[in-house]
Amino acid sequence: MTENPDFFDLIRQYAPNIINKVPYANTLGFELVDLEPGKAIARAPYKPETIGDIETGIIHGGVVTALLDNVSGVSVIAALSEMKSTATLDLRIDYMRPAEVGRDIIAEAECYHMTRTVAFTRAWAYHESRDRVIATASGSFALNTIKGFPANTGEGS
Amino acid sequence: MSEDILQRQKKLQDYLNRTPFADFIGFKCEIMGDEMTAILPFEEKIIGNPSIRALHGGATGAFLELTAMAQLFLLSDEVSLAKPINLTIDYLRQAKAENLYARATVTKQGRRIANVHAEAWQSERARPVATLSAHFLLGNGE
Repeated sequence: MTENPDFFDLIRQYAPNIINKVPYANTLGFELVDLEPGKAIARAPYKPETIGDIETGIIHGGVVTALLDNVSGVSVIAALSEMKSTATLDLRIDYMRPAEVGRDIIAEAECYHMTRTVAFTRAWAYHESRDRVIATASGSFALNTIKGFPANTGEGS
Repeated sequence: MSEDILQRQKKLQDYLNRTPFADFIGFKCEIMGDEMTAILPFEEKIIGNPSIRALHGGATGAFLELTAMAQLFLLSDEVSLAKPINLTIDYLRQAKAENLYARATVTKQGRRIANVHAEAWQSERARPVATLSAHFLLGNGE
């Protein structure tokens, strides 16, 4: 991965759109918390309408899946040195413990390797820190050059 | 299977009706005997990429996860949906702004753990947009 500070400034401006302008991420209330080269942190609020287990009030794993997918995609964007579109190839999620009722979920992701065509990510979902993870994820993303960037914006994950 | 399949069908439908997340993403299903086809009717809110009008990978993933959980519930004696241990989603094609369908197969159902595969498609059954392979914890999460 080549670092390009000027390009990262551009990414920093553009990255929140990958969450804020994505309808599904919006519906779930996701927000981007932090961005560094190759790293991203996002938050999902606790929403009663996304409860997956009526007995306990625990939110559905699908929300964690969506958050980890989204934040992993953003970490790939944050690792780019030229604008490319990203598409998830695969995502594996391991569930360690249930999320706690009533608490926001934080997810952090890092893009740890990138070739011309594929990027590899790791991600963690938790309430407070990586010491007590709710779930971990590893993903791979296909990269495609975008003709005519920056005219073309609004890539999702 | 100790229960009658018709009873299980009813229990599954009742359970899904009472699950907020199933309602939130608009999960529907048609149950024919012991086989279920899940339907995710298209809605604007499940778009992941507005510029190419593709569904969000997280929506496709959650739909497959719920399909796998529902099919497993249908074939088991569990009182609630099984808890996922892990899952892998392969994204094969871009999911378009259209209805999404899915079916799941319980590959192995052990005493504690079940392995389930699921496939989602849109206009052509033979061209799946995503597949899921997952392990679930049985015994109602104990």
